[in-house]
Amino acid sequence: MSTTPDVVHASKSALRWAMSDVLTIARRNMLAIIRIPTALVFSVLQPIMFVLLFRYIFGAGAIKVDVPGGYVNYLIPGIIVQTTIFGAVGTAIGLAEDLQRGLIERFRALPMARMAVLAGRTVSDLGRNVLVLVIITLVGFAVGFRPHGGFVNYVFACLITLLFAYCLSWGFAYIGLAAPNSEAAQAMTFPLIFPLTFASGIFVQVSSMPGWLQGFATYQPVSEVTKAVRYLMDGPNVLIPNAGNSIWVAILWSVGLIALLGPLATAKYKKVA
Amino acid sequence: MSEFAVEARDVVRTFNDGDVQALRGVSLRVPRGEVFGLLGPNGSGKTTMVRILSTILAPTSGSATVEGFDVVKQPDEVRRRIGLAGQYATVDENLTGFENLRMIGSLNHLDKTFVLGRAKGLLEEFGLSDAANRNVKTYSGGMRRRLDLGAALMANPPILFLDEPTTGLDPQSRQDLWTIIEGLVEGGTTVLLTTQYLEEADRLCKQLVVLDKGSIIAEGTSQELKTQLGATVLSLSFHSTADAARGVELIRDVSAKPANVEGTVVELTVEGGPAAAAEALRRLDAAKVNLAGLTLREPSLDDVFLSLTGHKTDDESAGPDTTARKARA
Repeated sequence: MSTTPDVVHASKSALRWAMSDVLTIARRNMLAIIRIPTALVFSVLQPIMFVLLFRYIFGAGAIKVDVPGGYVNYLIPGIIVQTTIFGAVGTAIGLAEDLQRGLIERFRALPMARMAVLAGRTVSDLGRNVLVLVIITLVGFAVGFRPHGGFVNYVFACLITLLFAYCLSWGFAYIGLAAPNSEAAQAMTFPLIFPLTFASGIFVQVSSMPGWLQGFATYQPVSEVTKAVRYLMDGPNVLIPNAGNSIWVAILWSVGLIALLGPLATAKYKKVA
Repeated sequence: MSEFAVEARDVVRTFNDGDVQALRGVSLRVPRGEVFGLLGPNGSGKTTMVRILSTILAPTSGSATVEGFDVVKQPDEVRRRIGLAGQYATVDENLTGFENLRMIGSLNHLDKTFVLGRAKGLLEEFGLSDAANRNVKTYSGGMRRRLDLGAALMANPPILFLDEPTTGLDPQSRQDLWTIIEGLVEGGTTVLLTTQYLEEADRLCKQLVVLDKGSIIAEGTSQELKTQLGATVLSLSFHSTADAARGVELIRDVSAKPANVEGTVVELTVEGGPAAAAEALRRLDAAKVNLAGLTLREPSLDDVFLSLTGHKTDDESAGPDTTARKARA
């Protein structure tokens, strides 16, 4: 055995170490996203398919939404919200995999910040969502999306989407920790993610849905977020003449969700790992 | 500071609200600078013990200290002093070997430059330099275990927990790991190792405890455990069962204990090994019974386990190691 060099510890405050740990975990997750082809397909190709599907198949005549610029202007802001929310499925799968492979056990035996595993995971998924937003915006423009809201409002809309998706992802972190394996984690997310994204104003107007569904579809958080995002991106039009409270409601939903789901996921993490 | 690297007092751990008792009051003391073995079959509580000592799991009752720090009250102090490597080689498949070590180094809050040098050094030492920039997905089982051990060593911890480090490995990889572990102990590291391989405990561990169903059923040095049987085994093999039957009549009274005949092999537990062997040979030669082979051996830890528990270590066959054991046989 060769001689071991003396260990050199770096000194930072507890808070800076916590941030460093979060970034270390987030970076490791990002590398995995880039290296696993299926993960890349899931996060990038799938949203593009959704754009094409709704733009050229369902949106070519079957779905009627009368706004200036046509259905594509209605669709793209919705797809942006939908895709970022779908990203949370990756949060659940990623954590379930780490748990299954024993990596979380290893992390627990290290002198790292406790919250870094969950925070690192949600932060890396936030990073992936930023990438996906850029891609959907580019693809949107390529298929004819011409928003009227202006650049600053567009960026603001993206930030609201990212905030909401980030807060929601803590709930999916909980699912990932509760699931016995990654396949189960994925299966458990769908009963949640489908009603949230499809029974909403993302793809079609709520007024076209059956009456019993309209109450839920109008007031559930994803519809509120979509309304805010759509208003900010495309400006006022006949459908959304003013933002109303939707921007505040979207932000309040986000804050409320993370206040509830954050501690829930953290408690679950302490219990299972 | 405590004279022992690791001390556990009456550790009890139950699961499912007390339905499963993984540990039923285990106490142990691990002296500094040697390999201490936890030996036992699957489900005996070895891994639960390691998880408690490495702060992953809290004991239901009882207490444990590592380098004098309480595993429940001072987990961070404990974590700074331990390395953990295990059966399932918990390395990240999607990272390269180097990236894995860098991540663990950074999570150990080590200096960046130090991490780079240490990672490089460990990869070289464990024969992984050529594979350093390859995804771990492409690694063999033995390479993963070595990388896992490297990760555990990043912060050069004084205490190393190895949970079945060689389970499932081929003989060569097992030898390699044994050599590495011996090197570490020479360098002053304390190692607590769990194993279900008696051969491994015999080779590496100075002291060991034998766990069965969550309780310690024996402890001492491997030599002490063997002398509990109090003798040497004289094993004689004959050319035919008829010869064996004749032979056993001739030599039966060389030992006070009953002879064990299995096919053409006769085994006697004797007190004075060489003298008994010479006496047996004289008698067989005088009666013109030819021998196919003769060995004198110390009782194996398998014999020890059998005599302690009444069942063989292989009884619990439902484990990840089953194939490994077959491959070895």
